[in-house]
Amino acid sequence: MVVHQVIKHFYRKKPLSADEKPSFMQKVHHLFRRDKEVIKAVDTISFEVGMGQIYGILGPNGSGKSTLIRLISTLLLPDSGHITVCGNDVVQDSFKVRQMINRVSVEASFFKKLSSEENLIYAARLYGVPVRQARRKAGQILRRIGFDTKRIDEQMENLSRGMQQKVAIARALLTSPILLLLDEPTTGLDPKSKRDVQQCVDEIRHEHDAIILLTTHDMEEAEKMCDRIAIIDDGKFIAEGTAKELKSLVTKAGGEATLEDVFIELTGNDLREEG
Amino acid sequence: MTKLTHEISVSYAFIERNFNLLKRYLNWEILFFTYSIVNALTIGLIMVGRGSSRDVLYLVIGALIWGFLSVMMREVSDAITWERWEGTIEYTFMAPIHRMTHLVGSCFFAILYGLLRTGIVLAVMPIFFGKHVDLSGANWLTMMVVVAVSSLSFIGIGLIAAIFPLLSPEKGQAATGILQSIVLLISGVYYEIDVLPSWLQVLSKISPATYTLRSIRAAMLDGASIASQTHNLILLLFIGLITIPLGFWVFDQGEKYAKRVGRLKRSG
Ligand SMILES: Nc1ncnc2c1ncn2[C@@H]1O[C@H](COP(=O)(O)OP(=O)(O)OP(=O)(O)O)[C@@H](O)[C@H]1O
Ligand SMILES: [Mg+2]
Repeated sequence: MVVHQVIKHFYRKKPLSADEKPSFMQKVHHLFRRDKEVIKAVDTISFEVGMGQIYGILGPNGSGKSTLIRLISTLLLPDSGHITVCGNDVVQDSFKVRQMINRVSVEASFFKKLSSEENLIYAARLYGVPVRQARRKAGQILRRIGFDTKRIDEQMENLSRGMQQKVAIARALLTSPILLLLDEPTTGLDPKSKRDVQQCVDEIRHEHDAIILLTTHDMEEAEKMCDRIAIIDDGKFIAEGTAKELKSLVTKAGGEATLEDVFIELTGNDLREEG
Repeated sequence: MTKLTHEISVSYAFIERNFNLLKRYLNWEILFFTYSIVNALTIGLIMVGRGSSRDVLYLVIGALIWGFLSVMMREVSDAITWERWEGTIEYTFMAPIHRMTHLVGSCFFAILYGLLRTGIVLAVMPIFFGKHVDLSGANWLTMMVVVAVSSLSFIGIGLIAAIFPLLSPEKGQAATGILQSIVLLISGVYYEIDVLPSWLQVLSKISPATYTLRSIRAAMLDGASIASQTHNLILLLFIGLITIPLGFWVFDQGEKYAKRVGRLKRSG
């Protein structure tokens, strides 16, 4: 997968200045004002990920990670630049790209009143996976990541967030994607489940030679899993390399810097305050 | 799998999903059914004892057909609203499916669901109107052909209405509702369109519901043959041939716009 000089801006109406109480006329004026504020969500980003590689993206909240993933998954159109997956452009050949990808997002998006099984079968049909095969495979994956398959018929609204997240992971793996986009896949999982998911992802990388893009707020996870890591801030990659290379960027008195030190030093943010 | 069976199987995903949802929201369905039945009843009963059997039937047909056409106009739009609320729209749009297949599946569900709902209401009517309504002279075949042909134009309108929730789930439902109520006003659902001010009658002439209702009334009240309704059928077909491609095109434009400005995401 190649991302080349990609830019994505969003536009938002400028908020009224907060320091003074706006007068009625100011409010009316504001209502009709056309000037927009630009949010540079992704600002000239380039990188490449090869087969069988896991590429990690770390960054503070609102730094553009999910936007980047949406651009790759054809859900957003880039303002400029190109993204190709196995030679197929995400805008021009979006259908081919969609056949090759799948994604796990932070928020598990499901029909909450339907059961996990119904949701998974719906997804399988969209990808042309035969229903029987989908059932078997979903069962395998779910058991693998510690989902109690007895609850597969239960309405999803009754499942905990972590359990929903596991179903989301099964939904993505069900279609054997060549490019797997993981947007904070382990957020909300208990330590054991987290490890199960990490191992599962690692196996897929080896077995299917898949390309994996992973965003996370978990430094340990990034270090453990990713071949290369980028740190993104304000839509820009501010550092990129192996975990080792990144750690060598920061010197710390009395020992080697951790990835967290590097993150905080480079982004000027404290992880723990973000939540 | 051949290409066509694959597309049919994908379309079926939407039909199956919607029926599954329908099962889970059964209490809402019961509410809708009750409302449809009561609505058709109360409107029909206005005429009982006041007008002829023909007058009663005139109103009941209006209520039933309006119920069916509303489903056609709303269902695709509602399905999109639903997906926007649940956040699944990103997953549906990310899947390797043609938008055509997606929308055809949704439309098929709309037709099935509309027929099912109207059929049940229709079945209940004789209990209340038994002796007040005389259907002995009705031409059911003509009625069914008219329903089938007019479904096309309403599916087209439904597709156009689906763009509203694509751009904004909150405002979208309101916009679809407004569109629907305008069609109700101008199409002569409970009255002849010539009671409308002449500037509104211009709109009546382009509303497919106007022709649908005229032909169905002719069939059910006067036993009109299919041949006698050729004029209306051709008009309905013509409107369908315009609105359906227009609907697909408008939806495609909406999707592109949503992807450009980032309207698909709910959160995260
Ligand atoms: N669809 C959208 N419309 C408008 N602005 C958006 C949209 N999506 C993202 N943004 C803005 O773009 C910026 C980047 O958001 P993004 O969701 O990519 O961040 P993130 O790195 O994934 O954050 P987090 O760690 O909290 O998930 C934010 O300022 C956000 O408000
Ligand atoms: Mg995010």
